[in-house]
Amino acid sequence: MQSSEFSLSLSTDVRAIEAAVETVVDRSLAAGFDDDDRLRLNLRVSLSEALANAMLNGNRTDPEKTVRVDARLGPGRIVIRVTDEGGGFDPDDLPDPTLPEYRSHGRGRGIFLIRHLMDAVEFNDRGNSITMVLERGDPETETGRGRT
Amino acid sequence: MGFEVRKQGEVTVIDVEGQLIVGNRQELKQKVLDELEGGARKFMIDFSNTGYIDSSGLGVLVSLSKKIREQAGELRLANLNEDLRTLFELTKLDTLFHIADNRDEALSSF
Repeated sequence: MQSSEFSLSLSTDVRAIEAAVETVVDRSLAAGFDDDDRLRLNLRVSLSEALANAMLNGNRTDPEKTVRVDARLGPGRIVIRVTDEGGGFDPDDLPDPTLPEYRSHGRGRGIFLIRHLMDAVEFNDRGNSITMVLERGDPETETGRGRT
Repeated sequence: MGFEVRKQGEVTVIDVEGQLIVGNRQELKQKVLDELEGGARKFMIDFSNTGYIDSSGLGVLVSLSKKIREQAGELRLANLNEDLRTLFELTKLDTLFHIADNRDEALSSF
């Protein structure tokens, strides 16, 4: 059990997302991050969202482009950066999908979910790279599954 | 991972096995639309065997709900585990769907 750093390079193919997510979950467990609840929900959903966003909106499904995952994993904290080759977007220019007028829309919940399921989220200036931090929950207080 | 579609009386029941995510959401959508086209109007999606749902999966459920309603049909969701309920509550989609605790409750609510 030890902290580890690794990178993955994924082709732009949404069918690759599930296996990539499981790889990161397995490596997180191996690194001693044994908070099953947060791995099962918070990490899986957030990483899936970030990868789907990178492939569909960032790389615009161009199979010639890749998505890079850089992970730093430890017993108390997981830091994952997902970077695509697109032009980026403004993460502050997204409507709140929980507002009644947006609630019945089919899209627009990905970044919202990441922000509520991870403990910290940052974007680079260009907007083509997201860094997500997940802390180990405190079993005494059962820190949030999702922040409302 | 996949979707099993079967009839229980006049209700079309769809079991979601594994994940409902960007990679397979179209498959679920097509199966439900095919049933709708074939005349089915009462749908129940059962998440007993579902791991997680991403925003694309949530989006396809919203889209299907609208299409079913447009055809004067009804949709019920059943057996959401704690993780899935958390996602529906975070996104406030729990206010948009009829969510039943279990299959019997869903079937008797039509």
